[in-house]
Amino acid sequence: MVIPLSWYLILAAALFSIGFFGVLARRNAVAVLMGVELMLNAVNINLLAFWRAIHPAELTGQIFAIFVLTVAAAEAAVGLALIISIYRSRRTIQVDALDLMKG
Amino acid sequence: MPLLFAALALIALVGAAGVLLSRNPVYSALSLLLNFVAFAVMYVMLSAQFLGVVQIIVYAGAIVVLFLFVVMLIGGNLPALGRGRRAYVRAAGVILAALFLLALLFGLARPLPNGLAAVGAPDGGSVQALGLALYVDHIVPFELASILLLTAMLGGIVLARRYQAPPKD
Repeated sequence: MVIPLSWYLILAAALFSIGFFGVLARRNAVAVLMGVELMLNAVNINLLAFWRAIHPAELTGQIFAIFVLTVAAAEAAVGLALIISIYRSRRTIQVDALDLMKG
Repeated sequence: MPLLFAALALIALVGAAGVLLSRNPVYSALSLLLNFVAFAVMYVMLSAQFLGVVQIIVYAGAIVVLFLFVVMLIGGNLPALGRGRRAYVRAAGVILAALFLLALLFGLARPLPNGLAAVGAPDGGSVQALGLALYVDHIVPFELASILLLTAMLGGIVLARRYQAPPKD
């Protein structure tokens, strides 16, 4: 049984949009980072689905997905370190309370 | 197989919704875990077995634990959520995300290449094939990624170091 490529793409689009909403609307900086992780995962499933559908012989799609995973790990580490650092100095991680550079 | 896909997609969507809707960040992190595990199974369905395992180890293992660690470290004594500025920010988020989803689906409304077999290319996702591709064909990006990870590690250590009062001048 064959699964259409568009199913994967629609699922990825939905998950990316959910993550996008999280980045836009959540006030907790940790939740914003979780939204970014959701978006990166949606990108990964797109890459793998396109790899399977178009170029299964070459592994380029999987290589791309591995690098996205690497970047996601680095992003989580640095982002969470930033959140800890911000919390130490401002005693809050609500993103709309961090308006020091707002004109 | 479409049934499996539908079930996994449902689990992933429920996890993603749980990340956003739960007020408690710990529940958000656990919903994120659900989402990641569903994705790992989906990678295996796409015959990327190694990536499925790595997804479990890196995402479900390391990243979720990191999130939980930070939430436990600072989330316990967060000040109460302030009111105001909240409704319209959320409405704007919903509208923008819905527009974005519409734009994405609009981009999908065109003939796509044919579907994918459920499980195939038996060695396409194996460690051997992937290792050859990674260490032979893509060695330079691989080394660059290692430098990126080193930089992120150093950056994390420097940023999360305990704050020291600046010296009096």
